[in-house]
Amino acid sequence: MGAGHGHRLFFHGHSVVHRAPAHLKVLALVGFMLVVVALPRQAYVAHGAAALVLLAVIAVSRVPLRYLAPRMVIEVPFAVFAVLMPFVSHGPRTEVLGVAVSEPGLVAGAALLMKGTIGVLASLTFAATTEADDLLRGLQRLRVPDLLVQIMGFMIRYLDVVTGEMRRMVVAMRSRGCEPRSPRHWPVLARSLGALFIRSYERGERVHHAMLSRGYTGRLP
Amino acid sequence: MHVPDGFLDAPTSVATAAVAVVGVGVALVKARNELDDRTAPMAGLVATFVFAAQMVNFPVGAGTSGHLLGGALAAVLVGPWTAILCLAVVVLVQALVMADGGITALGTNVTLLSLTAVAAGWLVFVAVRAVLPRRPASVVPAAAVAAFASVPLTAVVFTLLFSVGGIAPVAFDTLLAAMVSWHAVIGIGEAVITALVVASVVASRPDLVHGARPALAVRELEIRSGS
Repeated sequence: MGAGHGHRLFFHGHSVVHRAPAHLKVLALVGFMLVVVALPRQAYVAHGAAALVLLAVIAVSRVPLRYLAPRMVIEVPFAVFAVLMPFVSHGPRTEVLGVAVSEPGLVAGAALLMKGTIGVLASLTFAATTEADDLLRGLQRLRVPDLLVQIMGFMIRYLDVVTGEMRRMVVAMRSRGCEPRSPRHWPVLARSLGALFIRSYERGERVHHAMLSRGYTGRLP
Repeated sequence: MHVPDGFLDAPTSVATAAVAVVGVGVALVKARNELDDRTAPMAGLVATFVFAAQMVNFPVGAGTSGHLLGGALAAVLVGPWTAILCLAVVVLVQALVMADGGITALGTNVTLLSLTAVAAGWLVFVAVRAVLPRRPASVVPAAAVAAFASVPLTAVVFTLLFSVGGIAPVAFDTLLAAMVSWHAVIGIGEAVITALVVASVVASRPDLVHGARPALAVRELEIRSGS
């Protein structure tokens, strides 16, 4: 098992942001985003200031923007929604480039775009500077129930194992000439998922037995 | 499918977070009945499976594809309480490790994708299973109906939240009609895939399917003598 160092978004570094305790970073992220979400939607200066604070943190963390920017595509579906907002909202109409759009919708769309973008960038910065182990320990210090932290730990630990297993199943399928292209291939994909569930469940049982044989009593050291 | 930051206002986000904390708290206690001390590793691996299953793209045709949400599937396979934990952990990991879904919308996302989807899926599943004959094979159509219903029902809850704390003045009935009709289409895909996955597990390991347990309990040992 290639127990990787850090997860996929993690960007190795030794900056102040990297070394800060994870529980403080979680609190800072939640607090910062609550403030951003609570800002009045037309407070453009305040949003700009929040963005500058975030950019300053990114600069201190030495994570290049070139690394973060491509990963912001995760936001695209909601950017589309934000762009549609002026067209589907009601309220007084206003003209933009000769098209009549809803004025409150325009304001709301812009606000969503600003808040959403700051949110995605803040979460990416958090993920890029926090190792999975530190995150779990931080959540434990924040009094997140122990069982929940353990489940998270197992999920993060076996993420690459299970997704790797799934990738090999898809490769095996393709090498036998089945390229899923239409709903006709759903039964094949679904049977792979069924097999993946059985394998994951049985792996869980084996992991549990291995833990019991090493003295597991319901708590991780 | 994840709600990002700023989509719902701060009071609504905090209120849904409180709902999520209570719901997951109850699930933490109840899941021990389903899995006893195996809870941590089993739920962890099932959560990983749900995450991997969401990564599989099902081609719809014309170059587009969709993926499974998995609330009803997880409820049928491992039981509702464990499923709530699994889906909640998936949403949590996606928000904190993969920057998918806003951190202030975490409570909203857990409420929708975990609590609502699993509860709707499981309740519909139990209702349909009750009217079908007590056979392991009955689990498949019940799972299909449950998966179909869980998607538009989650969309209804989202629309309610949006009408309370949304940031845009979209007419409630317009949004409801658009969301429910669109998610009914998605629900068809969810139903077909869920049914196919459940059918393949029921065929090979019916003992692993939590929703099939009552049917397995009444199965009697058959001794057939050769003639």
